[in-house]
Amino acid sequence: MTKTALSVLTVLAAIVVIWYLAVAPMNIRVALDQADRAGETVTPETPVERREVSSWTLMAKNSSHIAAGYDLDRPRLPTPTQVGKELWKTTGAMVLKGRTWSKRSLIYHGWVTLQSTFWGFLLGTTIGIIGAIAIVQSRVIEMSVMPWAIISQAVPIVALAPMIIVLSSQVGIEGRGFPKALISSYLCFFPVLVGMVKGLRSPTGEQLDLLKTYSASGVQRFLKLRLPASLPYLFTSLKIGIAAALVGAIVGELPTGAISGLGARILIGDQFGTPLAIWSALFAAAILAGVLVTLIDRTQHVLLRKMGMRS
Amino acid sequence: MSWLIIALIFWLAAWAANVAMVRSKWADTTLVRYLVPIIFGLTLIVAWEALVHAFNVSAAILPAPSDVAETFAKSTGMLWEDFKQTVLKGALRGYFIGAAAAFLVAILIDKSPFLTRGLLPIGNFVAALPIVGVAPILVSWFGFDWHSKAAVVVVMVFFPVLVNTVQGLRETDAMMRDLMKTYAAGYFSTLIKLRIPAAMPFIFNGLKVAATLALIGAIVAEYFGSPTRGMGFRISTGVGSLSIDLVWAEIAVAALAGTAFYGAVAWIEKKVTFWHPSQRG
Repeated sequence: MTKTALSVLTVLAAIVVIWYLAVAPMNIRVALDQADRAGETVTPETPVERREVSSWTLMAKNSSHIAAGYDLDRPRLPTPTQVGKELWKTTGAMVLKGRTWSKRSLIYHGWVTLQSTFWGFLLGTTIGIIGAIAIVQSRVIEMSVMPWAIISQAVPIVALAPMIIVLSSQVGIEGRGFPKALISSYLCFFPVLVGMVKGLRSPTGEQLDLLKTYSASGVQRFLKLRLPASLPYLFTSLKIGIAAALVGAIVGELPTGAISGLGARILIGDQFGTPLAIWSALFAAAILAGVLVTLIDRTQHVLLRKMGMRS
Repeated sequence: MSWLIIALIFWLAAWAANVAMVRSKWADTTLVRYLVPIIFGLTLIVAWEALVHAFNVSAAILPAPSDVAETFAKSTGMLWEDFKQTVLKGALRGYFIGAAAAFLVAILIDKSPFLTRGLLPIGNFVAALPIVGVAPILVSWFGFDWHSKAAVVVVMVFFPVLVNTVQGLRETDAMMRDLMKTYAAGYFSTLIKLRIPAAMPFIFNGLKVAATLALIGAIVAEYFGSPTRGMGFRISTGVGSLSIDLVWAEIAVAALAGTAFYGAVAWIEKKVTFWHPSQRG
């Protein structure tokens, strides 16, 4: 365990170092443009000339301006510290000021995305579980639905997303919550369906035979053997499902001009040219994904231990 | 009203046909295995057509499949342009670059158990993140043309393939490796003759996941800026100008391309990993 932790930390540290190193060549042009406008002399003097030269040459000829690249307002690539500061400014600092639910707080936007994720997860999981039960019970349903379930995942949902939003607003559903939940359930149902089918089929012939000797009915067989046996599989797919639901909620915000939610922060950051907003929203989404997966993982641990399945 | 009745009759007939086929003695033939889902899909399309006609849904909200098919046939030239831009240039190039890079990195990392241990949890975590969010950043780095789309696809494809390849390379057991040792096989011949073939089922799992992600990445990146062609561009402008039938034709292209792409990867998998239990059953 500690060995793994050490490896993970080393890799993370390496990533941060590479990131810091990459900031210099990525930002040198922006830094030079800024210095140029401030009246300082930089080596190829006009921006047009600078465009012809590679970042490395620019860095070699203007080594005094490299440091400026680490402290830009609108960097091409922000430093990890800048992203961290921006994250704190839009979360913790807002809480301390008592403006947790302000429109500029990522907690507010994260909450909006979380709601869609949650409803999408609920819907997707329900569809997945019901679908799996139907597939396990009926061969006709399995043969007609299963290929389409696979195809549905090969269809890029982002192509459908704008249509889902147009349709639901025409049908008279207000707000963006519902279409976003629908998109996220579309991505979420498949892993649950596949995992659940596997889980419901996991009892061995011997176990099924044993229930037959008890003269258990079909319903009893299902409730007392298949359903409990499928739980470990269900939880494994729930973890994939919740991450997929979050991706779906953010994808649902991206192409649709949403104004609140983490995806909307990315969109607005792009439109207003504030890369820091994009980066901090991305990291907030990553943290949210981590928290959600960990929550399900803990639940799985506790529940399965209570059922006597795993120590 | 008559539309609804026709749809209902069609649905009942199709369902009866499917039940009959599955219960017949030919249930396991290839023909039936293809026919059953095709009939099910047709039923859905018939139901869609009937509902649109029965409730007089405006074409600006939901066009009937027949209208979509008509638009599709009329604008094949434009659809082909968009397909070339988004799928052939953006998605496929990004897919190959990303998968190849992930494969090479996996083989390099695999030499160090320390790095492997560290990278697996991180890679697994990153693979679950909404990476599509980097699309606007990459579009501003690489410009509006297909380069930025391919870049988004590279980033999205990289981690699932990396994680699966690293996991697959660890699949051989001690017996197999000992056997290679008794043959006096070196690192490279063990890698090429034993470990990479053994990793293939895992690699293809990653490649299949990546295949579905590639198109998503290429299309989303186009929402953030593109030349005046491409599937994402056409969809976002089509929604704005209410040419919904064109949007659905574009969605049909995306669906066909996605399915064909996934199918191709699955077909290659079948040819390469014919020895694996999951392919024999």
